[in-house]
Amino acid sequence: MMNILDSLEKPPEKEYLNCIRCGLCMAVCPTYREYLKEAAGPRGRVALARKNLEGQLELTSNLIEQMYACFACMACNEICPVGIRPAELALSMRHIEEQSSQTGWKQMLFGGLLPHPNRMETATLPLRLYERSGLRKLVYRLSLTRLLPRQIRDLEAMLPHLPQRPLRHVLPDVTPARGQEKFRIGFFLGCAQSLLFSEQSAATVRVLARNGCTVITPKEVECCGMPARGYGRLDLVRAQAKHNIEVFEKTDVETIVTDCATCGSTLKDYGALLHDYEGWAVRAAAFSSRVRDVSEFLAEIPLKKPTGRVDTRVTYHDPCHLRRGQNVWKQPRTLLSLIDGVDFVELPEADWCCGSAGSQLITHYETSLKVMDRKLDNLANTGAQVIASGCPGCQMQLNTAIRRRGVAVRVVHPVTLLDEAYEAENGYSPDHSS
Amino acid sequence: MDTHLIIHLEKTLGKANVLHTPEDLAVYSYDGTFAEGSPDLVCLPETTEQVSQIVRLAAEAHVPIVPRGMGSGLAAGSIPMPTGGIVLCLTRMNHILEIDTENATVRAEAGVVTADLQTAVEKMGLFYPPDPSSIRHSTIGGNVACNAGGPRCLKYGVTGDYVLGLTVVLADGQILKTGQKTIKDVTGYDLNGLFTGSEGTLGLVTEVLLRLIAKPRYARTALAEFASLDDACRTVNAILQAGIVPASLELMDQTAILCIEDALHLGLNTDVEASLIIETDGTDEQSVLSEIEASSRICQESGARLVKMAQNEAERNNLWKARRSMAPALARLAPNKLGEDITVPRSAIPEVVHRLRAISAKYGLPIAIFGHAGDGNLHPNILFDKRQPEQWAKAEQMVAEIFDASLAVGGTLSGEHGVGVLKRPYLERALGPLSIEVQRHIKQALDPLNILNPGKIFPV
Repeated sequence: MMNILDSLEKPPEKEYLNCIRCGLCMAVCPTYREYLKEAAGPRGRVALARKNLEGQLELTSNLIEQMYACFACMACNEICPVGIRPAELALSMRHIEEQSSQTGWKQMLFGGLLPHPNRMETATLPLRLYERSGLRKLVYRLSLTRLLPRQIRDLEAMLPHLPQRPLRHVLPDVTPARGQEKFRIGFFLGCAQSLLFSEQSAATVRVLARNGCTVITPKEVECCGMPARGYGRLDLVRAQAKHNIEVFEKTDVETIVTDCATCGSTLKDYGALLHDYEGWAVRAAAFSSRVRDVSEFLAEIPLKKPTGRVDTRVTYHDPCHLRRGQNVWKQPRTLLSLIDGVDFVELPEADWCCGSAGSQLITHYETSLKVMDRKLDNLANTGAQVIASGCPGCQMQLNTAIRRRGVAVRVVHPVTLLDEAYEAENGYSPDHSS
Repeated sequence: MDTHLIIHLEKTLGKANVLHTPEDLAVYSYDGTFAEGSPDLVCLPETTEQVSQIVRLAAEAHVPIVPRGMGSGLAAGSIPMPTGGIVLCLTRMNHILEIDTENATVRAEAGVVTADLQTAVEKMGLFYPPDPSSIRHSTIGGNVACNAGGPRCLKYGVTGDYVLGLTVVLADGQILKTGQKTIKDVTGYDLNGLFTGSEGTLGLVTEVLLRLIAKPRYARTALAEFASLDDACRTVNAILQAGIVPASLELMDQTAILCIEDALHLGLNTDVEASLIIETDGTDEQSVLSEIEASSRICQESGARLVKMAQNEAERNNLWKARRSMAPALARLAPNKLGEDITVPRSAIPEVVHRLRAISAKYGLPIAIFGHAGDGNLHPNILFDKRQPEQWAKAEQMVAEIFDASLAVGGTLSGEHGVGVLKRPYLERALGPLSIEVQRHIKQALDPLNILNPGKIFPV
């Protein structure tokens, strides 16, 4: 077994050696909290990884399952006083498994589909037709969703109101700044944002333009790579990273902005991912250093305070990939508080994972539901009418949770509210009932 | 392990609560130390009745039972070594059963996380003071089994001082209830005291009834930095002799401060030989303030270079975050750490610290020193790499010398971690043969088959 391991890319010893097993990470782990057993927590995963890497345990399907059961919310990485990153180690173990036995469907999904925006758009066409043809409305009116198995019904509820056309086809290559140009920025078009939440990304571009940004949106970008990373295909992530770096090298932008927490955390990681790749280390580091989450960027520049009002009670959920992935958590709150009429109320346990974790609602349905239920209990306690969160994964999860409970809370991107406040300046009053 | 027994246990607990895959056994083979020993089976009971049934079945089959909470112990007390057997993990018994505000008591299952218990009672204006550093990742049952301490114990006393009653599953499966909601009770032997700190060797605690006090309304915290470790140690006694009883009086030496600053970047000065964290608390704002001010003055008179008062809750939290993360942060310097918790009469603190530094110099391995100086409870941590045999050998010799140093100045082996496996070899020199014989008789009377956490406490 050791011989096979020797030829694989595996985490260096320092990633696990100094774990003294104090157990502090278990206090913040959403999966441990639900199962209350050692293998479902970060300390257990680190122990399993180490024992496998040191040849004491086989790479069994059960061991790998423990690595996939991790939500990669990174709460353990953050709290560890030793500097061990258990969530990262779980991802590395998935990568080891993929290197030793590649799975065909992953090649098709992450190699054949995700890197190709046009194929992604074709593949999601039935979903858009479902919405656009009125079929979805009909299904709801007739309560047909009740006929679906529980999990499928919850997955259906994940879908936001789908755009007619993917944003990639709608957004111009260059959106000029309103008034004098102060910044030239690149906008990274995320897959989920473009395909599912395109109105939010359109709002992001509007808000940027209003604040003196000329926004360049390259259409040939590929998936940031996070889905492939979650499923252990670091090779594909690196290929996608190289492609995206090249795309933005061709533009003359100072900053690369994204409105997707997940994309942002991955793009910022390109430097580390390609650190040991000749000819790429410097380019990747330069690329990553220019990436900003939209709320981060807006907090850095002299922002025009909107004079329009949005009268509603708002709370905010921290996406893991923003708070821990990028240490961005004050900025979205600051933006929301800037809006007249917004009654901002802090969400209890705002930085606990919502249970989305990419695809956990599909792959780890029961756990995902438990984690999500806790989030919704906390949401109900705030009395908020709107919950903001700058991550499509979190938004889909929150949408599902809200439909399941039948409560009337609107899920938005923080920038959407900012956009509405700007739009309201012209006497237009946005409708918050939907 | 006997498949017959496994089938019985699965019937009793449900299959999901009986674990035996190699992966599950591997992750129940350790605690917060470097020691390891694999169980043959792991049970996750949800009721006292289930615990009783497990014990009955295990007793019939003469299989050892090793109780465990979140496995944060620092003496290898919850590791199934050297005998294997059943790890009985109580984390799923995590309900707070009753908070009685009139009598100021709380009744909870053993698997409740101590911090959760504190949060719950504090919502009702009540207070459970013991605060081991593992407060968020240890259970109240584990705290009782080890008689856990913590910084606040200087003023408020240790876990055992709050135990009013226990539900204990005995070695034959019978369920014993001790105590009740009264503060005073001399009706018969003090069984609460007997089971508290017995590390699961006399019975399995499944439920606790704890005394609470009113929540102090104010707290003030200060950090005092000293150019000399000696001065810092002497200051501890000076404060206490001035008639001030701070809630906490914590010491950190330079090695410890360097580690924590490296880990958390809190802006602590690292060019000092030692720091003290002092906290006063109470219900009267003015007296809390005057006590912290008086403590600060004493620090300055005793040679403190700088005394900083936390100006708000965030600054106060930062200081405590530093202190709580101290032990694990040491692991940044070396793959292994051997953390002891010797306790000495507080007049002997300067002397024992001298001896600790001499031991470190003699063997050439670092010892970080921090701890609850106010009650004489120190945590010398030896930093080493267990994979290097000569370092491991040195570390073991150093431990023996640390214990000798503590005993020489009138101290003891352990203030709050317990004996477990790791301190067994030193027990006799601490207690003498007669005390050990008395304790063996107690063990024999309560656990004649020696199936409750065997291999712990008593010398081999």
